[in-house]
Amino acid sequence: MEALSSLIYGFGVLADPVNILYMFVGIVLGVLIGVLPGLGGANGVAILLPLTFTMSPTTAIIMLTSIYWGALFGGAITSILFNIPGEPWSVATTFDGHPMAQRGQADMALTAAFTSSFIGALFAVVVITFLAPIVARFALQFGPAEFFAVQLLTFCSFVGMSGAQPFKVIASMMLGFALAAVGLDIVTGELRMTFGSTELMRGFDFLIAVIGLFGVGEILLTMEEGLAFKGKSASISLRSVLRTWARLPAMWFTMVRSAVIGCWMGITPGGATPASFMSYGLARRFSPNGRRFGQGELEGVVAPETANNAAGTSALLPMLTLGIPGSPTAAVLLGGLLIWGLQPGPMLFLEQKDFVWGLIASMYLSNVAGFLLVLTSVPIFAAILRVPFSVIAPIILVLCAIGAYTVNNAVLDVVMMLMFGVIGYVFKKLHYPLAPLVLALVLGDMAETSFRQAMLLSQGSLGIFWSNWLVGIMVSLALLMLFWPAISYVLESLKLKPRHQEMEAE
Amino acid sequence: MTDPETSPETSNKRTVPVRAMELIVAALFMGIAAIVIHDSLRLGAGWGDFGPQSGFFPFYIGLFMLLASAINFIVNLIPSEQGSKTFVERSKFKQILRLLIPTAIFVALIAWLGLYLAAAIYVAGFMWAVGSYGPLKSLTAGVGVALLLFWLFEKAFLIPLPKGPLEAALGV
Repeated sequence: MEALSSLIYGFGVLADPVNILYMFVGIVLGVLIGVLPGLGGANGVAILLPLTFTMSPTTAIIMLTSIYWGALFGGAITSILFNIPGEPWSVATTFDGHPMAQRGQADMALTAAFTSSFIGALFAVVVITFLAPIVARFALQFGPAEFFAVQLLTFCSFVGMSGAQPFKVIASMMLGFALAAVGLDIVTGELRMTFGSTELMRGFDFLIAVIGLFGVGEILLTMEEGLAFKGKSASISLRSVLRTWARLPAMWFTMVRSAVIGCWMGITPGGATPASFMSYGLARRFSPNGRRFGQGELEGVVAPETANNAAGTSALLPMLTLGIPGSPTAAVLLGGLLIWGLQPGPMLFLEQKDFVWGLIASMYLSNVAGFLLVLTSVPIFAAILRVPFSVIAPIILVLCAIGAYTVNNAVLDVVMMLMFGVIGYVFKKLHYPLAPLVLALVLGDMAETSFRQAMLLSQGSLGIFWSNWLVGIMVSLALLMLFWPAISYVLESLKLKPRHQEMEAE
Repeated sequence: MTDPETSPETSNKRTVPVRAMELIVAALFMGIAAIVIHDSLRLGAGWGDFGPQSGFFPFYIGLFMLLASAINFIVNLIPSEQGSKTFVERSKFKQILRLLIPTAIFVALIAWLGLYLAAAIYVAGFMWAVGSYGPLKSLTAGVGVALLLFWLFEKAFLIPLPKGPLEAALGV
C-alpha cells in the first residue's frame, strides 16, 4: 500500500508545530467565515491568500484548506439557528434544520449536521488518499489533447449538471474565458482586447473577480434582504450529543449515498451546492419518513450536510492531480499554488511529496479538529451573528478591499472589485451562475494553451480529440454533458406528450 | 457597467421588471461578445505560422457567447409571469444604495487618504448614518478598526497598504 506509507510520511510533515498552529488558526477563521454573511469559502480564502505569500507553500496550503473546512462546517450553524444559510451549500440544511431549532431541538440538529459533515468529509479524504495517486500516475501520460479533453469535460459538466439555465451557464462561462483572454497572449506575444490601455495589459485577475462576485455581491444581497438576525440560541451538551449519535446509525444508508453523491459532484465540478440539493431530494424520496421532510426531520439535515462536505473536500482531487479545480474555492487554492511557484498537475505528486502528502494528512487532522471545535463552541459563533449588520457589513467590505488591493498592490483593483460586486449581485438575482465564470477565468489560459498545442500536433485536425479511446471517451462524454439539457428536454417531452405539455419555469 | 436600475419609475414599490433586466443583461453580453469577436478578427482567427492565431480561441468564445446570449435575449422577449415581477423593490433598492454609495466613496477615498483613514471614516460613518449609533460609539469603532488593521498588516504580517497624508504627517 503505497498510499498508506505516503500518508504516514505526510503526517511526519504535519508534525511541524508551525503547520499545526496555522491549521488551527485556519479552522477558527474558517468557521467565522462560514458564519458571517458575505464571507464565504471562496472569497474568504481569496482575501487571506496574500497573507500566505511569505509562508512555505505547505504551511500556506494547510492554513487555507483549513479555512475551507471550517467554512464547510460553519455554514450549518447559521442555517439551523438563524434560518440563514451562511453558504449556498447550506441552503438545503435550512429546510429541516431550522424547523428542528424552532421545536427546541437545535442541539440535536447541530450535532447531526456536524457529525454528518465530518463523516462526509472523512469519506472524501479517504477517497482522495487512495484515488489521487492513481489518477496522478495515470495523468502523467496525458498529452495536450487529453488535458484539453478533461477541461472540456469540466466545463461541459457545468452545463449538464448544474441545474441552472443552460444558456446562462454558457454565457457566464464564456464571459470568464473572454476576461481570461484579455492581456498578453503568451504564445504569440500579441496584445488581446487591451484597446491601448496599459492597465488592461495585466489582464483580469480572478482573485479580484472572486472577491467582488462572491464577497461584495453577497453583501449587497444580504443588505437587500435587510437582515435582522433573529435566531434560536443553543449550546450542545454531552448528553444531547450522545442522544443524537444513537439515532445516526439507522441512517447509515442515507449517509453513504450522500457521501457518494458528494464525491461524484465534487470531482466532476457539479459542486457542493447541487450535491446538497440532490442528496436532500433523494433522501426525501427514499426515506420512510419522506413525507415529513421539511417539518424538521433529522434525516433531512444529515443528507445535505454529508453531501456538501464530501463534495467540498473531493473538489481538491482534480485540483491536485490534474490542475483542474472542482469548485470556486478549489480554484482560488489553485491560484495560490501558482503564486507559490508550484505547477499544479500530476508532476506535483512526484516533485512535491511534502506538499501533497502534508496537505492530505492535514485534511484528516483538521476535519477532526474542526468537528470538535464546532461541537464545543457553537454559542460563541452564534453570538457573533448577533452583532448588527450595520457594524459587520462595512468591516467585511474593508477586508474585501484590502484583499483585492494586496493581490497586485493596485488601488484600481479595488474599483474593479466593486464593479464585479455589482455584476455578481445582478447575476445572482437573474440566476446566472458564478462558478463557471470564475473557473473559466482561472483555467482559460491553460485550456487555450492545451487546445493550441493539440492543434499543432494534429496540424489543425479536430480528429486528434478522437485519436485514442481515452480522449475519445472524454470528449464524447463532454459533448453528452453539453447537450444533456437538450436531450433530457426531448426525453421529458416524449414522456409528457400523451398528457398536456408542461414547461418547467425556473 | 452602467446601472440600469436607477431609471426613475412612477410606481412606488416597483422598479424595473425582471424581464427588462434580463433583456439588458443579455444585450450587454451580446455587446461584449461583439467586441471579443471584433478584436479576434483583428488579430486573425485562422491558422498562422505558430498554429492557431491569437484570435482563434477568443473568436469562438465570442461566437458562443453571442449565440447563448442571443437565445437568452429572445427567450425573454416572450412575456412570462416570472419576468413581470419586479427586479428589486424600491425600498430594498434604497437599502442597497445605502450600502453601495458609502462603499464607493470609501474606495474613492483610499487613493486619496490612504486605506486606514478611509476605513475609519467609512466604518464610523456607516455605523452613524445607517446603523444609527451615537457619534462617539461610531467614531471609537471606526478608529479601533483602523488601528487594529494597521497593527495586523503593517506590524504583524509586514504587508504595506496604501497610506495617505495622515500617515506621512505622523511619520509612520
